[in-house]
Amino acid sequence: MDELIFFINRVLISGTVLGSIYALGAIGVTLIFGILRFAHFAHGDMMTMGAFIAFVLAGLCAALGIVTPLPTGFVVLPVAMVIAAFLALGIDKGFYAPLRKRGAKPVTMLIASIGVTLMIQGLIRLIFGSGTRSFYDTEPKDIFRIDMSAFGGTRPISITEPQVLMFVVTALLVIALHLFLTRSRLGKAMRAMADNADLAQVSGINTALVVRVTWVIAGSLACVAGVMLALDVALMPDLAFNIVLPIFAAAIVGGLGHAYGAIVGGFLIAFAETLAVFNWTAVLRPLNGLLPEGMALPANLALVPTEYKLTVAFVILVVTLLVRPTGIFKGVST
Amino acid sequence: MALIELRNVVGGYGGAPILNGVNMAIEQSDIGVIVGPNGAGKSTTLKAIFGLLRVTGGTIEFGGRNIANSLPDALVPIGLSFVPQEKNVFTTLSVEENLEMGAFTRRDDFKDTMDWVYQMFPVLAEKRRQPAGELSGGQRQMVAMGRALMSKPTLLMLDEPSAGLSPRYVIEIFETIMRVNKEGVGILMVEQNARQALAFASRGFVLANGQNRFTGTGAELIADPEVAKSFLGG
Ligand SMILES: Nc1ncnc2c1ncn2[C@@H]1O[C@H](COP(=O)(O)OP(=O)(O)OP(=O)(O)O)[C@@H](O)[C@H]1O
Ligand SMILES: [Mg+2]
Repeated sequence: MDELIFFINRVLISGTVLGSIYALGAIGVTLIFGILRFAHFAHGDMMTMGAFIAFVLAGLCAALGIVTPLPTGFVVLPVAMVIAAFLALGIDKGFYAPLRKRGAKPVTMLIASIGVTLMIQGLIRLIFGSGTRSFYDTEPKDIFRIDMSAFGGTRPISITEPQVLMFVVTALLVIALHLFLTRSRLGKAMRAMADNADLAQVSGINTALVVRVTWVIAGSLACVAGVMLALDVALMPDLAFNIVLPIFAAAIVGGLGHAYGAIVGGFLIAFAETLAVFNWTAVLRPLNGLLPEGMALPANLALVPTEYKLTVAFVILVVTLLVRPTGIFKGVST
Repeated sequence: MALIELRNVVGGYGGAPILNGVNMAIEQSDIGVIVGPNGAGKSTTLKAIFGLLRVTGGTIEFGGRNIANSLPDALVPIGLSFVPQEKNVFTTLSVEENLEMGAFTRRDDFKDTMDWVYQMFPVLAEKRRQPAGELSGGQRQMVAMGRALMSKPTLLMLDEPSAGLSPRYVIEIFETIMRVNKEGVGILMVEQNARQALAFASRGFVLANGQNRFTGTGAELIADPEVAKSFLGG
């Protein structure tokens, strides 16, 4: 029983948290690709930016002596999302829109977004320094412990309040996105434009408006993903830079341009990573009794050492590109 | 006064002009058919009207105002619709969503128009929930036309609506076009099935090298020995 609880704590809960973060990030990447046809490399840094916005807002709340029933990072989230959405619109207007107007190629756009990456990281270091910060300096996180003694477990399933909130927020956002894309006039126009941009223009769809909506969604979801990552790990300037690869892998595995694919891809990559670095000895320990005298399972039975976690996403990405280049769901080509 | 009138239209894709003075006039009651050899500038003419390339000379009057270089999101609301030759449906959207996209510029209730389109193409009503990419070529052409009709246009432009269809479907699509026209929608279309299309055209234009070579009623053009010899294959 304890082994199962350990598995739930270390794989199920961590994997779901990581999956939520990847999914929210990958949705933005996939939508931007679908509408604007370029790989938005700076997406990870939009996440970091969102996390710092929330951090500043949370600090403001603390300074004003506002006490919130929920962790401050979540209370300020809606405001942070709005600010992040405006910043995303600003970045598009300042850097990508002028290039688009001149008919820049996707490669040019990609390189421009690498420039935006460096700029955002530089600005964050300039303002906040390069140190690591935590949302929990001022408030400790509540931990829920679900007692499992009734099932013969000696240890509880433990899940923190922020983790519970992450699941709830992710679920709500995914449902909202689904309703938007399938029910609203603008959401359908967005799918139409991702499907066939020329025909969308011919139909009289206001494509500039669709582009703005795309940035608003991508920017605000990146903000949520960034805040979650900061709550889960810590806040630092190169926070999201390190998860750009898994996020792009998630978007590509799910089929570029396909929002639901990005969600599936995000959870797939997250669980693959979590399972790969999981120490299986912890669960298989009971088998030691079956082994002949003098033999025991090694202390660490992880498939991949933690420091090589990133290679998991990379391997999945390469295999996908070889076996099914269009992704799980058939993504838009070109 | 004509519904649409092109006078000496010059335009192209940025390099040398493709259109070198195109002249055309269509009434709302007309079915206008543009024929001509490959590369003559037929598609380019429709794109020029719809603001998809730069018009550098001449005028395009629609309902009395010059619309040269206006963009589609301004043209659709004033009654112009265009069905491109290729990739003219949203393959991942359902049939009904395709129609809704045709009504994107409308802020009023378009349910009546949708019923009208379904009445015109009963197959589409059956397949309304199906992705348009799963339909046959002929059915896709209906979706494309239906989408374009959702904005309640006064002029519907079609680029080779019969391309790639079996002879049975060609007749069906031509009959539909005539029916749409009878309901008060002016038609301007490009056709490769030249003889067949000119037979029901009230206005015919033979285009070559970006210029009108012959203009007349469809019947006149078919009867003209020179047109028949050079452009209709004898
Ligand atoms: N997007 C484009 N950019 C540059 N040149 C183009 C473009 N589209 C067409 N052209 C050129 O414009 C000329 C006229 O093309 P257009 O498509 O209007 O011919 P068409 O009369 O429709 O021929 P077809 O019967 O083959 O459809 C051709 O020489 C073609 O190469
Ligand atoms: Mg053509």
